[in-house]
Amino acid sequence: MKRLVQGFAAIFIAAFALMFMTHRLNEAEGYGGDKTVSVYNWGDYIDPALIRKFEKETGWKVVYQTFDSNEAMMAKIAQGGATFDVAVPSDYAISKMIEENLLLPLDHSKLPNLKYIEPRFLDLSFDPHNRYSVPYFWGTVGIVYNRGMLGGKTITSWNDLWDPDLRNQILLVDGAREVMGMALNSLGYSLNDTNKQHLQEAKRKLDRLMPNVKAIVGDEIKLLLANEEAAVGVVWSGDAAEIISENEALDYVVPKEGSNLWFDNMVIPKTAKNIEGAHAFINFMLDPKHAAQNAEYVGYSTPNRAALRYLPKDIANDRRFYPDLDAAGRLEVYENLGKRMLAYYNELFLQFKMQQK
Amino acid sequence: MERAWRNWYLIPYAAWLVLFVIAPLVFLVYESFLDIDGQWTLANYEKVLTPIYLKMMAYSFWYALLITLASLLIGYPTAYWLTKTRHKQLWLLLLILPMWVNLLLKVYAFLGLFGTYGLANAFLQAIGVGARQLLFTDFSFVFVSVYIFIPFMVLPIFNALEELPPSLIDAARDLGASGWTTFRRVVFPLTLSGVKAGCQAVFIPALSLFMITRLIAGNRVITLGTAIEQHFLVTQDWGMGATIAVVLMIAMAVIVFLTGSGRKEGSR
Repeated sequence: MKRLVQGFAAIFIAAFALMFMTHRLNEAEGYGGDKTVSVYNWGDYIDPALIRKFEKETGWKVVYQTFDSNEAMMAKIAQGGATFDVAVPSDYAISKMIEENLLLPLDHSKLPNLKYIEPRFLDLSFDPHNRYSVPYFWGTVGIVYNRGMLGGKTITSWNDLWDPDLRNQILLVDGAREVMGMALNSLGYSLNDTNKQHLQEAKRKLDRLMPNVKAIVGDEIKLLLANEEAAVGVVWSGDAAEIISENEALDYVVPKEGSNLWFDNMVIPKTAKNIEGAHAFINFMLDPKHAAQNAEYVGYSTPNRAALRYLPKDIANDRRFYPDLDAAGRLEVYENLGKRMLAYYNELFLQFKMQQK
Repeated sequence: MERAWRNWYLIPYAAWLVLFVIAPLVFLVYESFLDIDGQWTLANYEKVLTPIYLKMMAYSFWYALLITLASLLIGYPTAYWLTKTRHKQLWLLLLILPMWVNLLLKVYAFLGLFGTYGLANAFLQAIGVGARQLLFTDFSFVFVSVYIFIPFMVLPIFNALEELPPSLIDAARDLGASGWTTFRRVVFPLTLSGVKAGCQAVFIPALSLFMITRLIAGNRVITLGTAIEQHFLVTQDWGMGATIAVVLMIAMAVIVFLTGSGRKEGSR
């Protein structure tokens, strides 16, 4: 008993000492208090050198935290336990957050660099007039395929995936909107279709794809494709860029029937404390040179028109990741379909997953 | 006076019970009667009884059963052997050691091991069986789950075997029972409590596995755990997620009731 008490006492003392030390360390480095800007972003989605540069130029300290899904991020902001000054949700999540009153309107006079953004990426359906958000990165959903493993065959359309030669060769991302959207597009429907007959038709078409599907996975799809675990994968363009840089045999295509165009935008959540610093950070990231440096590091496509000049030619001219947007009228942004429709999409997707080979 | 004091001791436990056991359960049940717009409904329970969820339930039970049986078949001999070794504590520690490593890391390791160009396939090729698809199969799903759960099976059985007085075995042998008969008539019945506790400790969490179903089985195995995760995180249909959770809990309670609480008969 005495030993036990002593043990507990030791742990308590050690814990308090550590807490005190972290507190002192944070103070010494300028964290804590109101000298900080806390940024909530996707994992591995910023060049750390830019954070250091921002801190040096403005004197604010950045507290950087990451999330791995829009839903997790929204839950954390909605519960209000932590304060974030800047967050980076995706398109449909932004319209949801606006609906639920989780965002603060932006002060455009404090964001002079907004003028560098490609006009086509402004004033989109999920946030009219960019009252709440400004673009950070954008991209598409498409097909990564391994030229070597397919013996020179190329893929240009969603319908190519139904080729019987691809038996057990396809990896899909575990997302209802992505997979259902692919099936809808392959049938010539919009990926925001809410006609239940069309959705049922898409689901029946997906069932016929099942023999070709090897697995339906999450983030590990990058690892699996780079390791040639399967020849074909349906992925986001940013992931594709990362996989291709690891394995040269892979190529990426945005299918000709159309696909999803997505955005990750910077916003200021309702819980923000340092609104001044948040605007400073957003404006800093909108600077063309910073946007270019960030795009080169992260590998996603920048919406910053002026930044393209600072990017290496082979990146800025890569049509796979900077597709010609005039020809790409077939690219659609996900609309917020409402909870009920989303539940229906998920229900069909679940039924599809339940199919046994 | 004395009695009053004694009741004070109960306060932390009672508070814990109310805050972290009863209140969440009440919320869960309450939530299960709400539809996606927050209206009262019984539709969630009707939906659980549709073929798709019944099928999912059947799969969940089937795989949990497979995992439990495999764990028992490997776990019992392991526990038996452990009690016979000289450096028990060391072997036991080695068994527990992997539990200190994060679950996600262990599962990710299997992604590499079972891959087309992984170690397991290299080995199969070397012994002449030839490479085959291991990842995203039922086999790999059960294998990895058993790997994760096996300590939970071995430990209670090990404890039960340790508590078994050696004199009982000597007596059985003196009375002419063969090794197998001794095991069947004496050792196994007396360690049944450990077996029950182990089976419960494996079967119940195995029912609601979710991460492994995606990482190792590539969503080719869909269990109720996957569905709960989906409903809470993606669909935001908390009512449906809560309903599945309530049904799962009822199922677990039935199992615990049917197998009897593990400790009762065996130890004393």
